Amino acid sequence: MDKTKTTELDNVVVRFSGDSGDGMQLTGTLFSNLSAILGNEISTFPDYPSEIRAPQGTLGGVSGFQVHLGSSKIYTPGDDPDVLVVMNPAALKVNAKSIKRGGIIIFDSDTFNKSGFDKAGFTTENPFEELGISETIQLIPAALSALTQSSLDGFGFDNKTVLRSKNMFALGLICWLFNRPIDQAIHFLTNKFSKKPSILEANVKVLTDGFNYGNNLHLSISTYQVERSYETPKGKYTSISGNKATAWGLIAAAQKSGLQLYLGGYPITPATDIMHELAARKDMGVKVVQAEDEIAGITSAIGASFAGSLAVTNTSGPGLALKSEAIGLAVMAELPIVVIDVMRGGPSTGMPTKTEQTDLLQALYGRNGESPAVVMAAGTPDDCFHYAFMACKIALEHMTPVILLTDAFIGNGTSLWKLPKLAELAEIKPNYVKPGMEGCTVTARDEESKVRYWSVPGMEGFGHRNGGLEKDYETGCIATDPLNHEKMVNARQAKVDYVTNFIPELEIEGAADADMLVIGWGGTHGHLTSAVNNLNKAGKKIALAHFNYINPLPKNTVEVIQRYKKVVVCELNSGQFATFLRSKVPGVEFLQYNKVQGQPFTVAELENDFSELM
Amino acid sequence: MEATKTLQYTAKDFKSDQYVRWCPGCGDYAVLNSLQKVMAELGVAPHDIAVISGIGCSSRLPYYTSSYGFHTIHGRGAAVATGVKVANPKLSVWQITGDGDCLAIGGNHFIHSVRRNVDLNVLLFNNQIYGLTKGQYSPTTKKGFVTKSSPFGTVERPFHPAELTFGARGTFFARLLDVDLKTSQQCMLAAARHKGTSVVECLVNCVIFNDGAHNWIAEKENRADRIIVLEDGKPMVFGKDRDKGLVLDGFNLKVVTIGENGITENSLLVHDATCQDSTLHMKLAMMEGPDMPIAMGVIRSVEEETYDEAVEAQIAQVQAKSKIKTFDDLIATCEQWDM
Repeated sequence: MDKTKTTELDNVVVRFSGDSGDGMQLTGTLFSNLSAILGNEISTFPDYPSEIRAPQGTLGGVSGFQVHLGSSKIYTPGDDPDVLVVMNPAALKVNAKSIKRGGIIIFDSDTFNKSGFDKAGFTTENPFEELGISETIQLIPAALSALTQSSLDGFGFDNKTVLRSKNMFALGLICWLFNRPIDQAIHFLTNKFSKKPSILEANVKVLTDGFNYGNNLHLSISTYQVERSYETPKGKYTSISGNKATAWGLIAAAQKSGLQLYLGGYPITPATDIMHELAARKDMGVKVVQAEDEIAGITSAIGASFAGSLAVTNTSGPGLALKSEAIGLAVMAELPIVVIDVMRGGPSTGMPTKTEQTDLLQALYGRNGESPAVVMAAGTPDDCFHYAFMACKIALEHMTPVILLTDAFIGNGTSLWKLPKLAELAEIKPNYVKPGMEGCTVTARDEESKVRYWSVPGMEGFGHRNGGLEKDYETGCIATDPLNHEKMVNARQAKVDYVTNFIPELEIEGAADADMLVIGWGGTHGHLTSAVNNLNKAGKKIALAHFNYINPLPKNTVEVIQRYKKVVVCELNSGQFATFLRSKVPGVEFLQYNKVQGQPFTVAELENDFSELM
Repeated sequence: MEATKTLQYTAKDFKSDQYVRWCPGCGDYAVLNSLQKVMAELGVAPHDIAVISGIGCSSRLPYYTSSYGFHTIHGRGAAVATGVKVANPKLSVWQITGDGDCLAIGGNHFIHSVRRNVDLNVLLFNNQIYGLTKGQYSPTTKKGFVTKSSPFGTVERPFHPAELTFGARGTFFARLLDVDLKTSQQCMLAAARHKGTSVVECLVNCVIFNDGAHNWIAEKENRADRIIVLEDGKPMVFGKDRDKGLVLDGFNLKVVTIGENGITENSLLVHDATCQDSTLHMKLAMMEGPDMPIAMGVIRSVEEETYDEAVEAQIAQVQAKSKIKTFDDLIATCEQWDM
């Protein structure tokens, strides 16, 4: 091969950006998967526009997909890209601010014309100069449109179909730039387009031509090599999105508990992919009811729970608001149900495709009456599987609603996932009534854990009347006695508090003798870990406590936090977890680092902030 | 439950140990009694019955039956009942609801459960008033009616439950009057035996806030002249002397007298509850006094696949073809590699 040099990198960030119709998600997914197969650590994040199809070439229609590859453990999809692939001037404009100094921009020069500049709002003929980046970046122009057209000359496709393969030319070029053999990409394409042989043939041709084009460029640009990672535990891996991992965690829990899985849901961005995954799993007996609204989604699930199923509803912030009263019913009726909230930018409709952690207090307190529920949060795309599984286990074994918070960032993002086997997962044993207990009341419970015994329609001798009215502690009949009400309130609270005995203790990551403790929860785990690791490497004494269980908190929470002189709570909201911790942990001044921009943290901004605080 | 054993029950087997707490004279008592008799006649064991309700006076009913019961939240009974039936199609599921619960706050769930044709037996208690909240107008209150929340009379147009049911493509609609026990039991029995969403409009009297709302037909002396009890396959005859009937006059129904103008019983319309086209069912259900009798009994009962059956059938169909049987099979379908 005729190239000047190859640079070895520990990790690299590539962002693909174009019109929503340019196929950037597919290109990025293929590139990250084939890198993973070559042994790289991967993490990805798609950034969709809210519009379904904004006018072509405009800023509103720009859709991105970022891939982070590493030869050692990586935790995030990366901050700023080293390599940016842009399909039009609008994509350049949207991403120009974030490209790293010295980075590479590959662009479709066929779209860099007067009309493209106008649509993107450029006023000159040189957008790179206009953006002030012409001195600091390396450019690889490629006439992607024309090259794709000539690549598919003779295939007999109309021009529109031909141009749809442009993304494959870009993928070929990227494979060249990163020394990726394209065989694996061809294998993926073969799987994806097995039913459309002519599309498959065209995509493979364009991909191959793109790769060869790069090879023959004779550019003085160095190609990259990211070596395989040896830090991941050995085993079989795939790449999985948080939403898919969530759905599969539910399926695993259903099989483990021997229950039928029932999902009542209503389409809502960015949570709907969970419903899609489950609706496809009729082969595993999953029942999915696409309800008439969010309320029917959860209430039908409560009905399914009453009838003995593992019942789940999935939603995002606005849907959680609509489900509040029904969650209260599940609290009162002491029925197991899992509510998954894939959080997005709010309030109201807010920013549906963007990420935020602003539903925490809603999940904890957004109901009438004293209404405790278990609240937990997944930290990464792959661990959505574990926490979805655990949410089911806790709901079934403790007869309580469980709210699992994920977010648009980890729901849509992907990471490597070590494939589990069902046998390796924890047992799930719901607290059923036992033979000999016939005639017991609906409120009969284990006095230690306060968990109610579960009987379901069809069981002879256990007929009962449940409902949203307060019940007598002993008889289970509706009751308004003042002291009984307080006793029931306390029992429901004690039942949720008792869950703390079944969750892991809080573990500290980072420097053992740290002066400063960083606290985070949920989907910010990757960014916080990276920032703390980097600072530890630079010799700074800082540690991280990351929470996946929020209500109840891990048993050692107070003791652990009180050990540190300085504590900063980092979250993608205005300080909701900090507020919660202040009510739970006495004698600690909680500092805050907050961001409410619809975007995840960047590792760099966290490092800066922590360094200043220390 | 052994398949060979014939289950013999009496109404008493379906009574719970709870004291019934409706106002003395409330029409709901009669409906509850009819329901317990019908449950006994159906031969379904109490533990295979689930009675689901929302909020309102009538929604207290689940506490009074010995089956499994669930008194849920306002308006959502239809959705909860849908979940129960889909989760376990073997159960006999009854939804108890009122004109406010079903047609105001629960209107959306009502039309969609009817549209899906979930196999539910819906008893819609219609007293044209909010009783539990003490006397506000409901979606079925007649226009102009004075209530606590409409001191100068309502300015709203009311719903007709039948019209909504047919608009939502309902497969079953019946109407009963609290005090007419015979028709009540016939309607409930037919509803239970019909597969799909069976809507039974129960005209009940609220003695406190809307006493006498149905008096025009409830008073015994004139009732036979003012209602027509429809029976599938039978001519549409009514009246104390069984001398009145219904015929089609152009596009409309008309009351005729047998023996006048050459009318015989053969001239009358014969009820066909199983007709797919709901046009005549609608006309029958919409009849109002004083010119027309109020239609009672089973007005419409057609067979169509139920939602819960369709869900089961699709699962069975996919399962027969798919190689994925377990979680581990599912994992094996992943694009995967060694690291």
